[in-house]
Amino acid sequence: MGSRKLLLEKAHVPGIRGYDVYRREGGYRSVEKALKTMSPDQVTEEVKKSGLRGRGGAGFPTGMKWSFLAKPEGVPRYLVCNADESEPGTFKDRYLMEFLPHLLIEGLIVSSFALGSKSTYIYIRGEYAWIPDILEQAIAEAKNNGWLGKNILGTGFDCEIYVHRGAGAYICGEETALIESLEGKRGNPRIKPPFPAVKGVWDCPTVVNNVETLAAVVPIINEGGEAYSKIGVGKSTGTKLLSACGNINKPGVYEIDMTISVEEFIFSDEYCGGIPNGKRLKACIPGGSSVPILPANLLLKTAKGETRIMNYESLSDGGFAKGSMMGSGGFIVLDEDQCVVRNTLTLARFYRHESCGQCSPCREGTGWMEKILKNIEYGKGKSSDIDLLWDIQRKIEGNTICPLGDAAAWPVAAAIRHFRDEFEWHVANPIASQNRNFGLAHYADPLEVVPA
Amino acid sequence: MIKFSDEKLKKVDEIVARYPQGKQKSALLPVLHLAQEEFGGWLSTEAMDYVASLLKLEPIEVYEVATFYSMYNLKPVGRYMFEVCQTGPCMLRGSDQIIDYIKQKLNIGIGETTPDGLFTLKTVECLGACGYAPMMQLGKHFREHLTPEKVDAIIEECRRNTAANN
Amino acid sequence: MADEKKLFKVTIDNITIEVEPGTSILQAARKIGGDVAPPAMCYYTKLKGSGGKCRTCLVEVASGSTADPRPMPKLVASCRTNVMDGMVVKNITSEKVIDARNGVVEMLLINHPLDCPICDQAGECHLQDLSYEHGKEGTRYEFERRTFKKHDLGPYIQLHMTRCILCYRCVFTADQLTEKRVHGVLDRGDHSEIATYIEKSLENDFIGNIIDVCPVGALTDKTFRFKNRVWFLNPVDAHRDCSHPKCSGKVTLWYRGEEVFRVTARKDQWGEVEDWICNECRFEKKATADWTIEGPTKVNRHSVISQGHYVGVVRPQEALYDVMGGRAPRLLMDIHDVSEVNRPEIDLSKLERPAHSTDFESNGADRPTK
Ligand SMILES: Cc1cc2nc3c(=O)[nH]c(=O)nc-3n(C[C@H](O)[C@H](O)[C@H](O)COP(=O)(O)O)c2cc1C
Ligand code: SF4
Ligand code: SF4
Ligand code: FES
Ligand code: FES
Repeated sequence: MGSRKLLLEKAHVPGIRGYDVYRREGGYRSVEKALKTMSPDQVTEEVKKSGLRGRGGAGFPTGMKWSFLAKPEGVPRYLVCNADESEPGTFKDRYLMEFLPHLLIEGLIVSSFALGSKSTYIYIRGEYAWIPDILEQAIAEAKNNGWLGKNILGTGFDCEIYVHRGAGAYICGEETALIESLEGKRGNPRIKPPFPAVKGVWDCPTVVNNVETLAAVVPIINEGGEAYSKIGVGKSTGTKLLSACGNINKPGVYEIDMTISVEEFIFSDEYCGGIPNGKRLKACIPGGSSVPILPANLLLKTAKGETRIMNYESLSDGGFAKGSMMGSGGFIVLDEDQCVVRNTLTLARFYRHESCGQCSPCREGTGWMEKILKNIEYGKGKSSDIDLLWDIQRKIEGNTICPLGDAAAWPVAAAIRHFRDEFEWHVANPIASQNRNFGLAHYADPLEVVPA
Repeated sequence: MIKFSDEKLKKVDEIVARYPQGKQKSALLPVLHLAQEEFGGWLSTEAMDYVASLLKLEPIEVYEVATFYSMYNLKPVGRYMFEVCQTGPCMLRGSDQIIDYIKQKLNIGIGETTPDGLFTLKTVECLGACGYAPMMQLGKHFREHLTPEKVDAIIEECRRNTAANN
Repeated sequence: MADEKKLFKVTIDNITIEVEPGTSILQAARKIGGDVAPPAMCYYTKLKGSGGKCRTCLVEVASGSTADPRPMPKLVASCRTNVMDGMVVKNITSEKVIDARNGVVEMLLINHPLDCPICDQAGECHLQDLSYEHGKEGTRYEFERRTFKKHDLGPYIQLHMTRCILCYRCVFTADQLTEKRVHGVLDRGDHSEIATYIEKSLENDFIGNIIDVCPVGALTDKTFRFKNRVWFLNPVDAHRDCSHPKCSGKVTLWYRGEEVFRVTARKDQWGEVEDWICNECRFEKKATADWTIEGPTKVNRHSVISQGHYVGVVRPQEALYDVMGGRAPRLLMDIHDVSEVNRPEIDLSKLERPAHSTDFESNGADRPTK
């Protein structure tokens, strides 16, 4: 039996992108329910009860975030939907927006109602250049049918949704950089406090939420927060979209209910469908490029020897030393012929390219790490380089304005922590490393179980 | 002197109206996109100054923004820009080989334009198509699951389009 | 009693003081003074929105407040974090802070040209001070240092982009002091640079103040008639009745013998400008007759001149002599780069030994300003 689907259930219904089919399939019920039978605070209460955690990467409880929003008299409040989706390995929001635009619009209307946002913005990464057309059409259809505009459903609630296109900058996914960018500025993250909930876009109280988070509000309102919270386990409630990529047979976007094992997710035909060409699993970055990479043996089982499950708690079991994170749900699989050094180099290059450059450790450190990794990858590394890399990442982490510094440091730290042999092999074999790979080595060997 | 058509100027007004009164600076990113489309695929100083005057900004505010975001071209580019992703997930699926293939096929390096001004090759970082790798952006759309054969077909298609439009 | 403002108690490096609510940790630490005050490369009291970027002022908050005594999980930028009542802060008493600060300083230096012997700012550069205190011997950075295309900012101000630490102070200054900002931060990440995009000169009446706020030698005075050896100069406080309504007319004149070589605003003990001055006072008034002399300037706390760092080294054979008495100036001596400034034909990296000022002998005081 597959997982329960709350978001993608109707994704394959022909014509679901258009309003008529979407409405016929039960769309916009949550708007009716919320606006006609609930107060804004009741909506927030349902979201709290659902246990929904932000799907943008940090996993912060959404209901709690909403309740922090300052509500000074006479000052507008804003909801901004974060559709910047630029974390390598992540492409789930794109899927939602492309195939189920009305689901997002529906979620946005209900959420705007809860927060009192009369102008709601979707900040979408510039490279998704064709998606604004899809969203704007859905917005127009919703408006024509009375779900947006003035006095929605006769309730006195006014709301407009606008699409704002970015122009190529991963950092604009960080919520305060996004706000700056929405204000027409460079995407430099702000120094907090003040937090957006108090002083966000145009200095007004603002909530920034991920696309998937806001779409999940629809089933929460339809089925009730209580019912939603019963799906999944522990603090990982509801369903989660995962975008799977790398060396797997069936890359794509999957909805899971956070009770299946990592092994099932990779090898079951219902999901990734195993690894092509009969190759073996070497490593995996389970939550987008920023989260720690794990070798096969630590991925499938925790250090305690338990089966690792695809949810927030289990993926982070073991902390940074022996675990990883759910992150943004970008699931990246490496087969036995992949080179961890090269993979780490491409990620270091990515973070160097995307650093806004405001703070010194990130601006200088990301470039330094990339240069050293390049040397190691191309057979010019020294053995002291590995420790130097370690030291640089350590000096970036925790010392920067925004978490991009951490995001740049973690992949390097985890790669060295778990794949040090492979780095050393590169350094010791500068010529061989140019022609062949270190291979699977011992990375899939059963681990000695350390009793807790 | 460059200038938007009346229709585009209406579009600019429409964009500015999305934001609160007096916050027209917020329209900067979308209007720069518009200017880049209108004025030859890149942003000349003249184009940026024009946008500054439309939105009542100091030119430096526009330069600061235009140089920050990777999608604004500050130099002329070829008619077709192949923006090939090279980040981890795409690399795992062979983007390096695709980049090499395009280089050799068009006989240009990264960041270069073919002498006929048709093609520019650029490497970019993750575009959110990791599951459909290797991939590239071509104009408004993504071309995914690239193979050498597909690259050949895309190049052919661009050439045909050019011939048809000239 | 009740309407008296309640003061917050804060303990920094085991010293407790009381400050007004809304005071930053940095300002509180400056009240205590001495080594307790964290170094600040980007924050500037007079500039709204400044701070938070360079990360040299990071401190450890061992206890958030009396009400919530939990420690803060990460080091915080003391310039942008306000004190709470009962807060306990560790600056130089925290190993974590010292370690992180050493890291930040190393980052600030990896792409720095280390061209102090030919830099106008030498002797009054905050980065130089910082590197004495926190820098390591030698560099672990083995790559070519970053370079930039040169930009001309006009007749008054010289920009050496390779020395810039992107503190944004000059951008805030132009924003807050002049009507029309023409320079800014362009590009992003490790290629960010201060520039005008189009070659444009900076000529606003108050733009000269960006020279004073710049913590390093990235922005220097083109009209300074004797480059790069401030310790030969005698600072004297003076004022004039400036007709510009926003100009304080209060300056420091930098003399050599009878001649005024340079005019700057007056700076406080933290190296911050006390009152802004206009371009006319700074660039045009270089005769003693223009000024009413008040007396010798007290030398700043931060300055290597006063700290006497220039000691025990292969001395540049100049009057440096007089100001020595401390640690070895690593930076001044350890140059392994091509000079981007003044004498591009001298390839410093080809020297077998560290460069010093004798290598620039032939181009001393009479060096052209451009
Ligand atoms: C460097 C960086 C990039 C980020 N990129 C995204 C992104 O592309 N999409 C997203 O939803 N959140 C992103 N985030 C997280 C946001 O800052 C923010 O936490 C999120 O939008 C909150 O929404 P949520 O609570 O619904 O997850 C990013 C954070 C950082 C530090
Ligand atoms: S950590 Fe990096 S991206 Fe974040 S503010 Fe600092 S320089 Fe910018
Ligand atoms: S030029 Fe000077 S003041 Fe301006 S950002 Fe650079 S270091 Fe700071
Ligand atoms: S890595 Fe290429 S699209 Fe994501
Ligand atoms: S002075 Fe505080 S971060 Fe720069």
